[in-house]
Amino acid sequence: MPTPPALADLEGRLGAILADHAACEGPLLPILHAVQAEWGHVPQEALPIIAGALNISRAELHGVVSFYHDFREAPAGRHMLKVCRAEACQARGGRAVEDAARARLGIDWHETTATGGMTLEPVYCLGLCATGPAVMLDGRVVARVDEARLDALLAEVEA
Amino acid sequence: MSLKLYVPRDAAALAVDAEKVAEAVLAEAKIRGTEVELVRNGSRGMLWLEPLVEVERDGVRHAFGPVSPRDVAALFDAEWGDHALALGPTEEIDWMKRQTRLTFARVGVIDPLSLEAYEAHGGLKGLRRALGMTGPEMIEEMKESGLRGRGGAGFPTGIKWDTVQKAQADRKYIVANADEGDSGTFADRMLMEGDPFSLIEGMAIAGICVGATQGYVYLRSEYPEAIHVMREAIRIARAHGLLGASVLGSGFAYDMEVRVGAGAYVCGEETSLLNSLEGKRGVVRAKPPLPAIEGFLGKPTVVNNVISLGTVPVIFEKGAAHYRDFGLGRSRGTIPIQIAGNVKFGGLFETAFGTTLGALVDEIGGGTASGRPVKAVQVGGPLGAYFPRALFDTPFGYEEFDGEGGLIGHAGVVVFDEQADMLGMARFAMEFCAVESCGKCTPCRIGAVRGVETVDRIARGDADAIPLLTDLCDTMKDGSLCALGGFTPYPVLSALMHFPDDFHARGKEAAE
Repeated sequence: MPTPPALADLEGRLGAILADHAACEGPLLPILHAVQAEWGHVPQEALPIIAGALNISRAELHGVVSFYHDFREAPAGRHMLKVCRAEACQARGGRAVEDAARARLGIDWHETTATGGMTLEPVYCLGLCATGPAVMLDGRVVARVDEARLDALLAEVEA
Repeated sequence: MSLKLYVPRDAAALAVDAEKVAEAVLAEAKIRGTEVELVRNGSRGMLWLEPLVEVERDGVRHAFGPVSPRDVAALFDAEWGDHALALGPTEEIDWMKRQTRLTFARVGVIDPLSLEAYEAHGGLKGLRRALGMTGPEMIEEMKESGLRGRGGAGFPTGIKWDTVQKAQADRKYIVANADEGDSGTFADRMLMEGDPFSLIEGMAIAGICVGATQGYVYLRSEYPEAIHVMREAIRIARAHGLLGASVLGSGFAYDMEVRVGAGAYVCGEETSLLNSLEGKRGVVRAKPPLPAIEGFLGKPTVVNNVISLGTVPVIFEKGAAHYRDFGLGRSRGTIPIQIAGNVKFGGLFETAFGTTLGALVDEIGGGTASGRPVKAVQVGGPLGAYFPRALFDTPFGYEEFDGEGGLIGHAGVVVFDEQADMLGMARFAMEFCAVESCGKCTPCRIGAVRGVETVDRIARGDADAIPLLTDLCDTMKDGSLCALGGFTPYPVLSALMHFPDDFHARGKEAAE
């Protein structure tokens, strides 16, 4: 993963993102996705600039950022494991994978390991409901996961 | 020797190493000096067989699966013929033969990003026919087809379009609801990954019909492959004049883009989807006004599910009557049923309405994957009821499921074996509602939290909490603004009604 650019560049880079979305109808979510792709989270420092550009209040913007599960107000770990907790995966043994993930990493949902290597998030359905249990590791979907496959995945990223 | 091979690029195949299989095929072909034409198709829908590789011989496709990368060399040794993984001609497999594929006719068959293959398999015929019709004629065609909203609400699509067509405004919109968050459903994902042009064509027909010039596909962030394929397909469609200032040279302008959601389940509800699209919190809006009158940015907007819009091309290609003649009662046409969970043969099965739940689970699904007896089947996602075996004779249809205290929703069928703890599933339904509630209305926001607490009381042996739970469910049903709070009682009450032992026995055990 590339090192996130220093927040010192924030104004310039954010300015470019805002300019890219100037013609967009309802631009806020695309802007927040672009910001998060750039810095790995939505930095506090970016909020007044975005609010100013879109002519909305900072409270309104905070409301939006905090509403959606995807947007992070602080950086995540170097890797991100999302484990599906929904019913179809549960029917195929998903609870055991959930428990194993928390036990192996020694963290609970929404937490990051002490080394900063891995963040664990629940996800409610990856659309792989006939081949569950399913997880997503750094944006890559993996199905038919059991404890052994989970271990292999974690070993791959040395978490 | 030259070979034509198909390795799916559907996320369900990629999640079980289809990419490595494709790499192994190319590597092995290179070693052997065999010329291989490798097509990356969508999935045929037989997900228990993924990765399912096909070889085309004399125009007939033969299936092999599930193929792991280490099987590839042996398959080349067998010249993709007689091998333990051979399943015979794909179209002859019982699972395929029993289906009526209208919406999914091309999925798994063609390269999803080949507009040429799309046209060769009937694509764009519907749009070309529609371009020769007036707006009101197109509305009549839609009404006659009997197509109802496949997202779950079942509202007649033609009537919705009619309202938007008659609304006066300087700008109108078509929005595809691709926020397929229901557990046990993946039809939208498979259609977008396997045949994205059908959605584009359906949205273009809708746009031209109602006078909308811009469309959005609101696609959930949990579907990265679908986002990628859909964006590529839109780019290709625009380059070929299927989208833009003059659709296929007709003079009608219509263009569209993908918008990515941000992990909120409630944004599958159409009004919170519209708020999200506008860049707001995904909070539900009170209706009226209907989105058809005041939708995206206050303009008249058609909001339809991906499957509804993806079915429009085949209705115009084959005619409304052809579509309408399939089905049962007021549920016309076909429905792509997603058979999932603890089931032996899971996948996408498109069939006319009317198949019984029991046939889907026992015959087509082959019973549980674990081999233990089926205990319950949840139909229609996290807001759908749990059906016991006693209700397996219920035919698949909107009214038929409603009559049994359930709903078909987006047609996901999730099978549970006898190890399922129905009190635990009822608790999960409330917990999920609490996590995903948008917070606007009290019955949902607070009711869900109290629901978890009340189920926990029952689990501790407090039988007095059972009537309290039913009472709470009544309040949520009657008082919630949208289906999240309003339908969460379905899984909870059906679990309580059909599996009382899981609630009472639990109580007794704890008390003893």
